[in-house]
Parts: sequence; C-alpha cells; structure tokens
Amino acid sequence: MAAPILALRGVNKSFGPIDVLHDITLEVRPGEVLCLLGDNGAGKSTLIKIMSGVHQPTSGVIEMDGAPMTFPTPRAAQEAGISTVHQFGGTFPLMSIGRSFFVGVEPTKGWGPFKVYDRKTANSVAVKAVQDMGITRITDGDRLVGGLSGGERQSLAIARAVHFGARVLILDEPTAALGVKQATHVLRIVNEAKRRGLAVIFITHQVMHAMAVGDHFAVLIRGAVAADFKKGEKTREEITDLMAGGASMASLEAEIEGYMAAHDGHPPPPA
Amino acid sequence: MSSISLGGLLRRPEAGAALGLIAVLIFFAIFGGLTFLKPAGMASWLNVAANLGVIAIPLGLLMIAGELDISVGAMVPFGAMTVAVISGHYGLPIWLGIAVALSFGMVVGLVNGFLVIKTAVPSLIVTLGSLFAVQGIVLGLTVLITKSTSVALTTEGPAKAIFGDFVMGGQLQVMVLWWLALTALYIFFVHFSPFGNWIFAMGGDKVSARNAGIPTDRLTMILFVLSSTSAAFVGMCQAILYNSAQVAGGQSFIFNSIIAVVVGGVLLTGGFGSVVGIFFGTITFAVVTQGIYYTDFDRNWSSLIIGVLLLGAVLMNNTFRKMALSYAPKKGGK
Repeated sequence: MAAPILALRGVNKSFGPIDVLHDITLEVRPGEVLCLLGDNGAGKSTLIKIMSGVHQPTSGVIEMDGAPMTFPTPRAAQEAGISTVHQFGGTFPLMSIGRSFFVGVEPTKGWGPFKVYDRKTANSVAVKAVQDMGITRITDGDRLVGGLSGGERQSLAIARAVHFGARVLILDEPTAALGVKQATHVLRIVNEAKRRGLAVIFITHQVMHAMAVGDHFAVLIRGAVAADFKKGEKTREEITDLMAGGASMASLEAEIEGYMAAHDGHPPPPA
Repeated sequence: MSSISLGGLLRRPEAGAALGLIAVLIFFAIFGGLTFLKPAGMASWLNVAANLGVIAIPLGLLMIAGELDISVGAMVPFGAMTVAVISGHYGLPIWLGIAVALSFGMVVGLVNGFLVIKTAVPSLIVTLGSLFAVQGIVLGLTVLITKSTSVALTTEGPAKAIFGDFVMGGQLQVMVLWWLALTALYIFFVHFSPFGNWIFAMGGDKVSARNAGIPTDRLTMILFVLSSTSAAFVGMCQAILYNSAQVAGGQSFIFNSIIAVVVGGVLLTGGFGSVVGIFFGTITFAVVTQGIYYTDFDRNWSSLIIGVLLLGAVLMNNTFRKMALSYAPKKGGK
C-alpha cells in the first residue's frame, strides 16, 4: 500500500473555550477516496479549513509525504498541492468558462506591456480539461459559468484543480445541492480523479454518495472520529446510524411508524 | 465570439447601453432636430461626458470589483481647491499645485482602500464618511487660509494647454482628449490584459478570488486610489480651465457617475460590466442633460428623462444578462 500523501496526527482545534475538534487522526493515500461523514455541526467544515490552510490546528501535526507541514494561508496549502472545491464550486457565475478556469494564472500572448489575455488558448484548454474528465456537454469556453448546471460547475472546479496539479482534492459537500443525475456526474468525476492517482477527501452527509465512491470512511461525531473503516466493512444502515449518533435513527423510524399506525396512516405534523 | 451575430452582441455587457444611447439620440433628433449632432452641439455634451467619464470609468471598475466610492463628490472640489490655493493664492509654481492635488487624491484613495480592507465596513459607508470629512477639510482649510470660499487661479503656458484649455476651434475642452485616451487605456487593461480578469473575479466572489491567488487587498487599494485620484484630476483641470475654484460643487458627480455606470451595464453587486458600456452610459447621460436645450422642452424635465432612462436601462441590462447566462450553443445544428 502506498504511503499516505496527507496525514493528520492528533489534531485538536478550539476556538477560545470551545473545543471543536478532538484528537483527529486521519490519512489519505494517492488513488484513494476518503469519505468524511458527519451530521451538521460535527466539525467537518473546521476539519476542511485546517487541511486547506484557513485555520491552524491548536495542537497536533499535519504531515505531507511523511514530513510535518504547516499551512499558514490557503495559498500555502494550494502550493503544496491541496485543492479545495466548495459546495458551489468556487467559481464566478458571470465570467466565461475560459476566464474563470484561469483566474489568477491567465495565459497571455504578445510581449512586454502589450501582453494580452489569450482567450482562445484559455477557452480551448479549459474545455479540453473538462471534457477529459468526462463532461462532454461543455464545448464553448465563452459560455458563462452561471449558465452551467450545478453538477457542471462542480466538475469545472474539479477539472480546474486537477489541471493545476492538485495532489489532494478536498470536496466539500459537492453533491449536497444537486439532483440525482447531476450528483452522478460529480461522482463519476471523483472516480476519474481517483483513477489519475489523486488523493480525494470527500465530505458529505449522503451515505449513498459516499458508498458509491469511497475506499475508506471516517465518521465524525461532535468533533471526534467516531469510526474509521474500509469499504465493505459496514452496511449503509450501520453508517447512517453511526452518523445520527447510534441507534437513535432506528428509534425515530419506529416512533414515526407507531404514530402513523395510530393516526390512519397520516405522518406526524411538522414540529 | 468567432462570428458576429445579433444574439452575441446582445449578450455583451454594453448591449443595453448601446441601445439606450441610440434611443436617446433618436429621441432628441426627433424633438430637437440635428443641431446637437453638429460640432457646436456635440462639444456641449462631449465636454460634460468627458468630465464625468474620467471619473465614471474608475468608479465603474470599483463597482465591478464589488465596491463603491462616493467620496469622488468631495475629491473634485478638493483637487480644484488644492491647485487654486497653492498656485493661485500662494502663487507657487502650477506644477507643484498639480502634483499636490493629485497626491492628495492618492492619499484619500489609500485611506479609503485601507479602511475598506481592514475594517470590512461596506465601502458605501466608508466613503460616505470620507466624503463628508474631505468636504469639511476643503471648506475649513480654504476659509482659514484664504478667508474666502472661492479662489482665483491664472495659469499660462504648457500646464494650461495640457490640462485646462479649449481645443479644435475653442469649444471642446482638452478634457475630451484625456477622456478618450484614458478610455482606450482602461479598455486595454480591463479587457485585454490579464489584470482585468482579476477585477471581475474579485467582484464575482472575493473569497474564491483570493484563494485563486489574486492579491485582492492590493487590487482594492489600487482601484480606490484610481477613483479618487481621477476625481481630483477632474477638479484640478476644471480649476485651471475656469481660472478659479469653489469649495462647493462636485456633489452632482456622485449620482451622475453612478447613473452613467449603471446605464452602462455594470451590475451593482459586482462581477459584470465593461468599460465600453460605461463609455456609452456616460455619453447617454451627457446627451440627455445637454440635448434638452436643443428641444422645446423646459430643461426641468431632463431629470425625469434620466430617471426613466436609468430604470429602463437597468431592466434591459437584467434581461440581457439573463440571456447571457442561459446562453448555450445549440446542439447538433451549425
């Protein structure tokens, strides 16, 4: 088994008196998808922010390729090869696909002070990068990003990260706001990134999506890793129960069924 | 766009501004005849457009980047009064007055930019503060130094010719040439050089732009310096042109430049717009305010036209932006 690219060893994070993360130890290897599961408020976002350089751990070590690293800024994490794609793609709705793809690293032509933005190159490289990831519906780099579907925007952002040499791809709830078909697109792209040898950290609370692509799973509950297991070691129900904090999901289901049986099949009124 | 099509043109940010300009030109051609398109008539609105346009473009860039600068309204009299006090009241060399006026513009821009990036207070509030502060400084210092609210300034030689003279038969202000040259420069930097992309990215999503490695703080500072220095420049040129400076005035530039920018297709929340659009918007505004003199209407009605024009332009721009967003090449077909 390959050595981990990115590893967290005993990472703690507190904001003032509030402890958000306790003793997190995780690692992710090239060509592996690590799914981070957890309910809202479990500390997933804080964990992402620590890995992408937005926050610093209060204690504990982040290792890259076995050597301790610190990421004082998001830029530093990016330069180390950690790319984060947020729920809404981190893209610019009113910019063209080509311009959005190359923000900050615009290709130019010409010389000296007359260097001009090279629209043609930008558009063709961007379109090719997205198509190579399997989204063939994007053919015109002049289209505005805001006109793409949610799945296409995610795919564009992932393609961008891959194109610019990311080794670790952090996907923050990429499928949360998407329909079933769109989510499938994104999952396919995640598989493509994995096939190319990237280490993918996939944050979600949709167990189905996690099971579709994950090799390795970690469940966060109240800021601690409550379970850490490999593909095939747990069933979907077991994972869902874990996320909801043990057996409470099963008891909720029983409660609803009991209510419906007693009320001519009507579900309980909304709280 | 490889081929020019009607749809392609309409999806550009300046589409609404161009159509608005055509509509306004037709309106005044019908009601006022073609006098305002003859040289003397053109000079009247080109002069207004030039003074407004030099301020409107950098203000528009700030708006594309998601910020706003209303302190330009105080920077115009500040620039005018600085050069008039230094070179008129004290009789020091005109070039010193020009240099000090422009550097005051830069200083106020730096303060605005610094406060916006450090405090995260909306730039409308920050520049509202600096608008009043600078107004107070101008009035207070001028009265303290000169015991008057109006200062005379006589300029001769190259400074007069470069900054405040009439050209081409004595009707067109030299500012028109400045405006055209600056517009060309802005078009290059915003739409052709890579830096323009940064401004749009910043207005689209500041956090993502910063994560993509764009120096958003430095860019914000530069844009604020650009807008307040441009306003000081316009004030300074007006003082040299009219041989005097007043502490009041300049307030109209705030709303007028915002109108020009918005009519020009810039999205108020940032991320969308074009220099050409602002250019058209500025001309449209100037034609409306000046064209009314060539018609039989009372000039009091011009504000009504501007108000209707502004609302119409915003609605039109929204429609065109939606068209641009939903645009996708047709499948299978040519």
